[in-house]
Amino acid sequence: MAQSVAQPTTNPTAVPAKLPIGAIVPWAVFFGILMLVLLYFVGAEQGATSVVAGEDVHEWVHDARHLLGFPCH
Amino acid sequence: MNSATVRNLLVRGMLAGLAAGLLALVVAYFLGESRVDAAIAFEEAHAHEHGGVEAVSRTMQSTAGLSTGVLVYGVAFGGIAALAYCFALGRVGRFGPRASALLLAAAGLVAVYVVPFLKYPANPPATSDPETIDQRTTLYFLMVVLSVLLAVAAVILGKRLAPRLGNWNATLAAGAFFVLAVGLAYAFLPSYNEVPKDFPATLLWQFRLAALAVQVTLWTVFGLVFGVLAERALAPRTAAAGEEAAHPRAAAVPH
Ligand SMILES: [Zn+2]
Repeated sequence: MAQSVAQPTTNPTAVPAKLPIGAIVPWAVFFGILMLVLLYFVGAEQGATSVVAGEDVHEWVHDARHLLGFPCH
Repeated sequence: MNSATVRNLLVRGMLAGLAAGLLALVVAYFLGESRVDAAIAFEEAHAHEHGGVEAVSRTMQSTAGLSTGVLVYGVAFGGIAALAYCFALGRVGRFGPRASALLLAAAGLVAVYVVPFLKYPANPPATSDPETIDQRTTLYFLMVVLSVLLAVAAVILGKRLAPRLGNWNATLAAGAFFVLAVGLAYAFLPSYNEVPKDFPATLLWQFRLAALAVQVTLWTVFGLVFGVLAERALAPRTAAAGEEAAHPRAAAVPH
């Protein structure tokens, strides 16, 4: 008995049960958008488009923008 | 309980993304920064007019600024990948929690970065025309979105074909579809080459390799760390599913 309980957790080929779509969607919508906003500020803010005035955001993440492959200058 | 599992995986995805971001940051700092500096030195040597005072010093850009960007990027993609993982788990194939995480990370690296990179590669400072930033930004993000959508379409196509063609041939067909569709996108989207004629070719090459190394590090570390964290979070579900599958067999085996 103890073996049958311990086995699935240590067995790398055991497949966990599916998560219902309905349980994922609320998280995906809210956090998906939040994560995309974060990516926008790292990758594109104060380049082609600006939400915050000035150049400070662009200048602060400038090196990351180049090294992460986003278009810059 | 299901919603709690999603939240749990999301948090773990963001933590794995942070860990991946830290290692990617080390690579970006040691392999990338010297190339950024060299490109800026080239830019300054060739500038006709000099701009005013720098808003952020080079020291801050290459340390705190770089860290902010790479870590936020890691956390954000960690969160998105964790959500994709929730959808994919048990739906794409019969892979365990760790194999699923590593496969997802590999798919993420290819779809989010490598495919767009082959058309619009990372560029060091001083190699792009500021006048074309609007088009370059639009095209880059379009390429990323297109590549991700095509990858998702390829996975769905592969799943649909699997009952008829078998797993191996269905995977090959889905892969061929992805390569063909990406090839068409490459052919029809405009290219840019604004690198100044006297910009050192080796520097451009080294910068792009460094940028690629940053992403390979990021996604690999994410896949490995998230796999372990997700496996722990999913242990009760895996045990339950394993139990269910094991019961009929257990009854048949004589003790
Ligand atoms: Zn730049």
